[in-house]
Amino acid sequence: MTNSKWPRGVAVVGAGMSKFGSFPEKSSRDLFVEAYLEMKQSVDKGFDPKKVEALYLGNFSSDQFEKQAHLAPIVASWVGLSPISTLRIEDACASGGVALRQAALAIASGEYDVVLVGGLEKMTDLHISQVTEALATAADTQFEIPAGFTFPGFYAAMATAYMAEFDAPIEAFYHVSIKNHQNGALNNKAQFNQTISDIMAAKKSKAIQKGRPVPEWASEIEFLGDPKGNPNIAWPMALFDCSPVSDGGAVVLLVAEHLAKEYTDTPLYLIGSGQASDGALTERDTLSSIPAAQTAAKQAYEMAGLSPEDIDIAEVHDCFTIAEIMASEDLGFFPRGEGWKAAIDGRTARDGARPINTSGGLKAKGHPVGASGVGQVIEIWKQLRGIAGERQVGGDLRFGLAHNVGGSGQTCVVNIFERRD
Amino acid sequence: MTDYTMASKDFYKALNDSLLIGSKCKQCGAYTAPQRKICPKCQSDQTEIITFSGKGKLLAYTVISVPPVKMAEAGYDGKNPYCVGIIALDEGPRVSAQILNVDVGHPENIKIGTEMVMTTITRGDEDQKSTYLAFQPE
Repeated sequence: MTNSKWPRGVAVVGAGMSKFGSFPEKSSRDLFVEAYLEMKQSVDKGFDPKKVEALYLGNFSSDQFEKQAHLAPIVASWVGLSPISTLRIEDACASGGVALRQAALAIASGEYDVVLVGGLEKMTDLHISQVTEALATAADTQFEIPAGFTFPGFYAAMATAYMAEFDAPIEAFYHVSIKNHQNGALNNKAQFNQTISDIMAAKKSKAIQKGRPVPEWASEIEFLGDPKGNPNIAWPMALFDCSPVSDGGAVVLLVAEHLAKEYTDTPLYLIGSGQASDGALTERDTLSSIPAAQTAAKQAYEMAGLSPEDIDIAEVHDCFTIAEIMASEDLGFFPRGEGWKAAIDGRTARDGARPINTSGGLKAKGHPVGASGVGQVIEIWKQLRGIAGERQVGGDLRFGLAHNVGGSGQTCVVNIFERRD
Repeated sequence: MTDYTMASKDFYKALNDSLLIGSKCKQCGAYTAPQRKICPKCQSDQTEIITFSGKGKLLAYTVISVPPVKMAEAGYDGKNPYCVGIIALDEGPRVSAQILNVDVGHPENIKIGTEMVMTTITRGDEDQKSTYLAFQPE
């Protein structure tokens, strides 16, 4: 199978990421260097940096987070790649996935043969209220934010629409969080390298240490249902429904398809790609799904000549737990209104029929917004090549999909990769 | 009506006069809120400003315990959360608004589909005072 739409095929031949988390001692360029070095190591037959012709950098807002605009030439210089062409791409939390798509289009056009894609965000220098303000600029600041909306609030509102339309219980969201923490616990790059049970145990031992009454929860579900363990952020989204504020970088190396085997015997080919936009929540016919995601997915499936059943693993944009459930439907993995049942039944777990977010997702791996879309591709690289270690999904994995959303669904990009031996 | 233009800030100018304005497309008849020069349904640039009845239904909502800076300044926090939601106006368009006079202590009891009526809310100190859109049960 080869992509039939673009004049030239594109392949991923290297992928690396920094650890995601909170790193007060590092700035974004340091995280980029870390990711770049890991990417370099990952190229099986090695690569000559002099061959890189351009950098497409996904970054939401280094100007707000670090008071540093014009980031792309700086990080290119920091890895010794000046004077290559560089640009920064901003599509809110979809910046990384869009940067990858744009870099691929530049190769497909024939302009470049070898392009670096970066995703980067350094968010934790600011106080949480300033982070919230910075993220809010990804929404409509004239008509949504003045009403009192926050990002958890947008997804929470979609969650109320979803729950009412499909009679879904709040516990469905807990199952997404539990599953993604289970996966994150097996990913040493994850910000939360812990299961929900690990977090409960830590809270208990802290209470003992401080001589406070020790909380008792019979199960992870009971813990997540207890506002003392899992306080409200924007009902029905509580703390453990929300992805964290994170620092992190991710880098992949893209080359023209005919060059791929010079770099590795097992490249991943980008065989489908789609991207769509939308207005604010108030402009959509539905609040229980994300129309731009459906449009982008349709484009990507058509280009790849695949249907949702063909996809072996997917990394989806779970900025909030409801977002993963909607994504599982928008991508066609489950019928509308069935995503919450699939989450409860474990069908999206590593050993389920449809593994989603084996990396831990944005929830547990972390969500350095501009890096997240590229970070997703690192997991697909590992899973399809069979190097995901303890969290490796079994069987012969061939097709992987990455779904990256900006804002509350104003941008969505879907990329599909194939391993061809 | 002639007081308001298609400039997006005039939406708030009208709210200050307790009016919820939008636009109607002279070509396809679609209503839009806030008002727009170009109709998003048919792309015609023949639109006119209209005033909505201010009645609608609650479509989606949330009760926020971790407010952004401006809402925190208005006195909201984990102990005093607020509701914000999306209203489908009787004329069709949807708007984002703070929702007043609902049971924020029991968000599960707030019902989607509840009939709502428009009001306004003023937030901010003396020189930074602004009027914002709000709705409450009818």
